[in-house]
Amino acid sequence: MAGYILRRLLQAIPVFFGTTFLIYFMVFAMPGDPILALFGDKTPSPALVAQLRAQYHLDQPFIVQYLIYIGGIFQGNFGISYSGQPVGDILLRTFPVTLRLAVIALFFETVFGIVVGLISGLRKGKLFDASSLVVSLILISLPIFVIAFVGQYVFGVQLGWARTTVGTGAPVQDLILPALVLASISFAQIVRLTRSSVIETSGLDFVRTAYSKGLSRNRIVPVHILRNSLIPVVTYLATDFGVLLVGATVTEGIFNVPGVGNTLYQAIIRSEGPTVVSFVTVMVLLYLIVNLIVDLLYGLLDPRIRYVK
Amino acid sequence: MKIRRIGVGAVALAAASALVLTGCSSGSSTPASTANTTAIITTNGSEPQNPLIPTNTNETGGGKIVDSIFAGLVYYDATGKPINDMADSITTNDSQTYTIKIKANQTFSDGEAVDAKSFVDAWQYGALTSNAQVNQSFFAPIEGYNDAASSPLTGLTVVDATTFTVKLSAPQSDFPLQLGYTAFDPLPANAFKDMTAFGQNPIGNGPYKLASASAWQHNVQIDLVPNTTYTGGRKPQNGGVTFKFYAQADAAYSDLQANNVDVIDEIPDSAISTFTNDLGSRAINQPSAVFQSFTIGTSAPHFQGAEGLLRRQAISEAIDRPTITKVIFNGTRTPAKDFTSPVLDGYTDSLSNNSVLTYNADDAKKLWAKADAISPWSGTFQLAYNADGPHQAWVDAVANSVKNVLGIDAAGAPTPTFAQFRSLVTDKTKPIETAFRTGWQADYPAVSDFLTPLYATGASSNDGHFSDPAVDALFTKAASETKTDAAIKDYQDAQVILLKDLPAIPLWYSNVTGGYATGVSNVQFGWNSVPLYYAITKG
Repeated sequence: MAGYILRRLLQAIPVFFGTTFLIYFMVFAMPGDPILALFGDKTPSPALVAQLRAQYHLDQPFIVQYLIYIGGIFQGNFGISYSGQPVGDILLRTFPVTLRLAVIALFFETVFGIVVGLISGLRKGKLFDASSLVVSLILISLPIFVIAFVGQYVFGVQLGWARTTVGTGAPVQDLILPALVLASISFAQIVRLTRSSVIETSGLDFVRTAYSKGLSRNRIVPVHILRNSLIPVVTYLATDFGVLLVGATVTEGIFNVPGVGNTLYQAIIRSEGPTVVSFVTVMVLLYLIVNLIVDLLYGLLDPRIRYVK
Repeated sequence: MKIRRIGVGAVALAAASALVLTGCSSGSSTPASTANTTAIITTNGSEPQNPLIPTNTNETGGGKIVDSIFAGLVYYDATGKPINDMADSITTNDSQTYTIKIKANQTFSDGEAVDAKSFVDAWQYGALTSNAQVNQSFFAPIEGYNDAASSPLTGLTVVDATTFTVKLSAPQSDFPLQLGYTAFDPLPANAFKDMTAFGQNPIGNGPYKLASASAWQHNVQIDLVPNTTYTGGRKPQNGGVTFKFYAQADAAYSDLQANNVDVIDEIPDSAISTFTNDLGSRAINQPSAVFQSFTIGTSAPHFQGAEGLLRRQAISEAIDRPTITKVIFNGTRTPAKDFTSPVLDGYTDSLSNNSVLTYNADDAKKLWAKADAISPWSGTFQLAYNADGPHQAWVDAVANSVKNVLGIDAAGAPTPTFAQFRSLVTDKTKPIETAFRTGWQADYPAVSDFLTPLYATGASSNDGHFSDPAVDALFTKAASETKTDAAIKDYQDAQVILLKDLPAIPLWYSNVTGGYATGVSNVQFGWNSVPLYYAITKG
């Protein structure tokens, strides 16, 4: 097991170099001069442009820029944004906010999604099942910004139950509404996944055996049916957690959450190489870690899954 | 040019509040009626693009904050009139050498004196190419300025503690009018020791100061509190200003509707058609110092010489400005009548030749036919714009207008980002061959700012490479006039020529749109589209 984890972590090293290189190249290859954009519709003098280009190493060939960047990272320096802030500080400021948002969203979609999915699966074809199917279809077909705007208007502006945008320090109570919006679409997916998985498992031999052994329904449902139905759901949740972490750009924008998606979007617009690359790299590493954790969870859910070496 | 701003004419009023203070120009003005002077005003802002250094702040996000925490020689009242702030007097005999006296006993918020050296050192710092300050070009009029090499401004001389002289390389009658722009603010001596650290936690001499060393929470907000050492005319009538940073105007607008923010100076496109209903008398929609146009580069085929002249006039007359401003912008733009802005001294809507800005389909067709007689038209008329800004709707409308009237192919030509768009426009090796959107927002309230940098031969922002000796001569003459009226007349004469040549095709002036929450009063927007934060009261 320890060897397996170590091997997976070692795999992250080439991934790290590969992604930083690729992303850096893509930002480098973006057309247009970011320095010119700093001046709006005004045209700066050539000497001033040259000075600023030199300051951000933009006058160097691509490979030199990349090596300067990578060299900086190993000294704990992620580069400087155009506003003069160390990118490391920006990372430390924005990731906790997005992480908080992602965890809350994940909590909502997991709890509600699995509960509703389980009930639907157990009462296949009944009224509850039919209505949850309708609700989840509606949620899946709505674009997220519609849900976000409607949620913000109804609960924020009209009813005043939640703040319209996230306040200073992004406290948990402010994040609940954006998290519910984020959770809504995945909630629908999880309901449907859990439902079909539960229906499938319920028909399997070992469940019938358990019933015929005289085990109570209260034991069979959570231990035998649910546990064995969760593998596809956990896989989905893991992917979804990764997606939540790497930027709910639209939702963060609407609720003004000072998180990863919002910041990365601004950085891309400004062609801020160091910021974009650092953010994406951290995202990739987080994604790898989340996937590793999921793979380990499989073993807990189904002891038949073993890790080789 | 800063991105966004506005002005109010003496008549245009800031919504229904009859109590608007006009700049409260005397230092000892009293709060209006029963206003609560301890209430903190929250308003929308955006994360400053650069550290908070006056010479390195050229966009509204940082500009609003820098203007609040620093005080220059003069400030502008709501109408754009300069009023002495740190300056006691600014005098000249020849419009070339100015003697500036600073009021006695002015200090930065940490107690350091604001003297002649505070200004001279700050300006020298801003002008040096090696310091790479984005506002460097504002020091161009001063003798010794050189943007190709790092050379000091030899025109600046400290006479005594509170007096210094500024010698310009050529006469410029409206130089004092420029001095209210952020680039000309003073800096304390400590700033030069470590400018990077200073820019994160600046010490200024303005009406406000940072609430604490950690007041700037990046990407979240910045908290300002009144600076008690400030004695100028912008005395705060509230207990502080908090700029909340929004990445999108929609979020700020939702917060306003929920009373979570007191004043916003931008209405999102999604609410343009509803905000006057939503907010009633708390909505603001008034002309501002923002001019929008598009430019047809001189290297574009069919747009040179006599043929190009006819075609530019035909295209201008083929655009139905009033309908587009009404339908696309819901009345938040005002059709252009000249090359400047209606909020400035010297603006007139009755320049001769300005009939070319009036929709006239028949005449446009005739002019186009005349041009075709010189050389028949071929190809598509394209109008380039950056797709990351809100331009597509009006560009398509303009293209359609041209297409329907002239019967030619016309279309918008989007580029993905602003950076790429500016690279295309300023590319010297491969000049852009299509028309492209241009716009200008004044940094100081003078018509010259809308004209000289854009249309003088070789000027820094003359993206269409326009050149006309008669226009150049009038610009030079205007700059050296000692009487304001004479200068205004020269600039108007120059515009009459521009209206014939159409180096850029004027479209409309942007209005400033904004609003404020219930319980907030004395909200007035300045000529530059920024609310006068110090005058706002709440409760």
